[in-house]
Amino acid sequence: MRDARGNRRQPIGLRLWLSGGWLLILACAAIFAPLIAPQDPLAQDLFSGRLPPFWESGTEPGFWLGTDSLGRDVLSRMLYGARLALIVALVAGTLTCIIGASLGLIAGYYRGWPDRIISRFVDIWMAFPPVLFAILLIAVIGTGLTSIILAIVIIDWTRFARVIRAEAMGQGAMDYVASAQVAGRTRFGTMLTEILPNVLPTIVALLTLEMGIAVIVEAILSFVNLSISTDAPTWGGMISEGRTSVHQAWWVLVFPLITLFLTVLSFSQLGEGLKDRFDPVLR
Amino acid sequence: MRPFLSIRNLSVALKNGGLILRNVSLDVAVGKVHGLVGESGAGKSMIGKSVLGTLPRALQITGGEIWLDGVDLLSIPPAQRRKRIGATAALIPQDPLTALNPTRRIGPQITRRLVDILGWTKADAQARALELLEEVQIADPARVMRNYPHELSGGMRQRILIASAFAAKPKLIIADEPTTALDVTVQKQILRLIADMQARHGSALLFVTHDLGVVSKVCDALSVLYAGKVVEDAQMRRFFCRPVHPYSRALLAATPTYTNPTGSLMPVPQSVIDAVEREVVQHDRRWRA
Amino acid sequence: MALLRSFLMRLISTAITLFGVAVIVFVVIRVVPGNPIAMMLPPGATDADIARLQAQYGFDKSIFQQFLIWLGDVVQGDFGTSISLRQPVSELVLNRLPATLELSIMALTIAVLLGGAMALLGTRYRGTKAEGAVDIGAGMALSIPDFLWGLVLILLFGVLWPIFNISGRISPALNIDFSTNFYLFEAILRLRFDVIGDLLGHMLMPALALAIPLAAIIAQLLKQSLKETMHLDYVTLARTRGYSEHSVIIHEALPNAVLPTLTLVGVQFTFLIGGTVIIERLFSYEGLGNMAIDAVINRDLPLIQGIVILFALLFTLVNLVVDMLYVVLNPRLRHA
Repeated sequence: MRDARGNRRQPIGLRLWLSGGWLLILACAAIFAPLIAPQDPLAQDLFSGRLPPFWESGTEPGFWLGTDSLGRDVLSRMLYGARLALIVALVAGTLTCIIGASLGLIAGYYRGWPDRIISRFVDIWMAFPPVLFAILLIAVIGTGLTSIILAIVIIDWTRFARVIRAEAMGQGAMDYVASAQVAGRTRFGTMLTEILPNVLPTIVALLTLEMGIAVIVEAILSFVNLSISTDAPTWGGMISEGRTSVHQAWWVLVFPLITLFLTVLSFSQLGEGLKDRFDPVLR
Repeated sequence: MRPFLSIRNLSVALKNGGLILRNVSLDVAVGKVHGLVGESGAGKSMIGKSVLGTLPRALQITGGEIWLDGVDLLSIPPAQRRKRIGATAALIPQDPLTALNPTRRIGPQITRRLVDILGWTKADAQARALELLEEVQIADPARVMRNYPHELSGGMRQRILIASAFAAKPKLIIADEPTTALDVTVQKQILRLIADMQARHGSALLFVTHDLGVVSKVCDALSVLYAGKVVEDAQMRRFFCRPVHPYSRALLAATPTYTNPTGSLMPVPQSVIDAVEREVVQHDRRWRA
Repeated sequence: MALLRSFLMRLISTAITLFGVAVIVFVVIRVVPGNPIAMMLPPGATDADIARLQAQYGFDKSIFQQFLIWLGDVVQGDFGTSISLRQPVSELVLNRLPATLELSIMALTIAVLLGGAMALLGTRYRGTKAEGAVDIGAGMALSIPDFLWGLVLILLFGVLWPIFNISGRISPALNIDFSTNFYLFEAILRLRFDVIGDLLGHMLMPALALAIPLAAIIAQLLKQSLKETMHLDYVTLARTRGYSEHSVIIHEALPNAVLPTLTLVGVQFTFLIGGTVIIERLFSYEGLGNMAIDAVINRDLPLIQGIVILFALLFTLVNLVVDMLYVVLNPRLRHA
């Protein structure tokens, strides 16, 4: 039988390697930031403000990618920014995934009133603009790393809940689940041993996707000055500053933007790639 | 003079190499019904699809000629070919459930192309559609024209598709297993209807089926296809009295009859299959050389 | 009859959701922070201000009573007075809504045209390099959110090749008096082509940033749906009737393929409207979202409430309209 959708399969290997490779580089940069950063990311020097990157004229040695208007080194801030971005991605992504996927699994498999309650909450959540919701939460609970992670978890659990609910529902309707129950398994046991492994590829894909989204949310919050603190080295903060001085110093915007772009792209491509690799049907 | 449809040495292959049809030749004259018989996978549907230009994308015609009304379809540009086919031939499809556009009412599905492609006036097309729906014995055609497909039964839809096929007065009809998807009780009526319509309109009819019983009822001549190769091409009476090819003989023996409904339900013997396979392999060798 | 019933159920469900939204907004704004009055106070407030606010919001009463009073006001469209702008919230919010609506609808139009074109192209030339390009392009566009596309567009068309405006809604130099806040709509009615051009020049970049991810989704879903439809017998039949491949795709396959994509596009459209919050900020576009961020920064609670509830209303309304559209466009449901 031919592929009913007629889709060509993309070269999975390459996609996985490229996105995984970039994230690995990023992780190294984050871990070893204090060792490899050429400057102190917080050090201001108003006399060397807006220095261009190294290949242009009027540079100073040691400031490879130039400086911002306060004379802070762009490269060093980006390296330290990777730390914050990856911490947010890992912690917020994982927490969101655990909470959202559990609720989705329960709603989709148990149906009945647990489903009705969870689905109602999802509906209510979907009626909020997520960015505004995040900004509002941060304004209420205060800025800081924990607040950001908390805000992401509170807002984005619905993404997992919706998708996993639908998948669990589909799996729950299959005969193999019924036969597991006939064989004497408890409902909860069936959920963990029969349903969960089958929705795991989707969970993994969503998890990496969510990590990319967490990075973006952090960047957006920094962009509106609601992230960790005003001078903390975050990509979003750098982009915010770069946006205002884009006509005078493009490099302050461009380098963090490229990094953010590649990171978000890598997270989502990694998710897609892993899903293809682990999906027993596609494999 | 050539017959209305004349297929000469048609070969069709998968784009990655495998042969589907091997030097197929057959003729259908105006006013005649030609049966095309073979088991599933023999490639019989691909002949109709080659003529109509609806081969799946994975397949391509690698050689031969398809003469329709004195023109070799394979020698003219694709856009022109489509127009010619649209004007002279029509298809009665296999599955009436998917062969009507679910988002459109029945009327326009019959009349639209008469207006769009053949340049009829709306009123003429409308009148023609009503007349045809009556011919295929649909009660209250005016109402049915306003129905959506999902409001009608499978048999009704197949009647509509038959009416639609004859709408533009085509000289060639290709019926691709037109009764396979229907209930047994409806099958006979539909078969009768197709035969009647063919006789009344005098078109050439290429009837693709896996059912020899059906062929014996409606056809004037037939071709037997095995593994993409025509193994026998005969007039009806001659075929049923004296089948020449061993595969035809086995096929005939495997068809239940009224006089012997179960006893003859024998599979085609392996020795015959092997013999035909050998023929095919030899053919392929010659074809490649 | 059954249709009417399902619509009623849908309406009730929408009402429950909106009630939930009101509860959440109330909880987040009134209950979670320690002293809401302190949060609402502008710097340099006097004791008299505090007393006035406490009386105004009835903070001396129980939380439950406060909620009922608040809900009663909200249902009547009374969101109170903005603290930072000192105007009725309902007035402020309704003045900004047209700007956001125009931007969202513009973005939706671009997304549908762009995504539809990509899907049709990919279907017409399926199995070729063109389809591969559509797949890769859509995959990329989908993984990158509107915020980043906005920044990329600012760099490309605001800095590198500055042909579009990257901030504001209209050039102040034009100096015209609009009688409504639907600037674009009004300019079109008045046939002021210079104004239309200026408005579009401002709107195109933010609208495109919002449209790119949605266009990618439409391209993927519609192409998938089209390809499945192209295998159906009635499409094959249309081919044998002398129609060209373009005509077959557009007239026969498309109407049937659009339906499954419609509901998903509806949900995605609410995501797009949600995206206007940050995109308006990015492009300094004077809409609801930009105002919302200002309100949060200024701790203007009445204004925040008003905007959040208006957005929620908009989202549920879009979903309702999409559901109805689905029924109206689908003959199988219409006559059921």
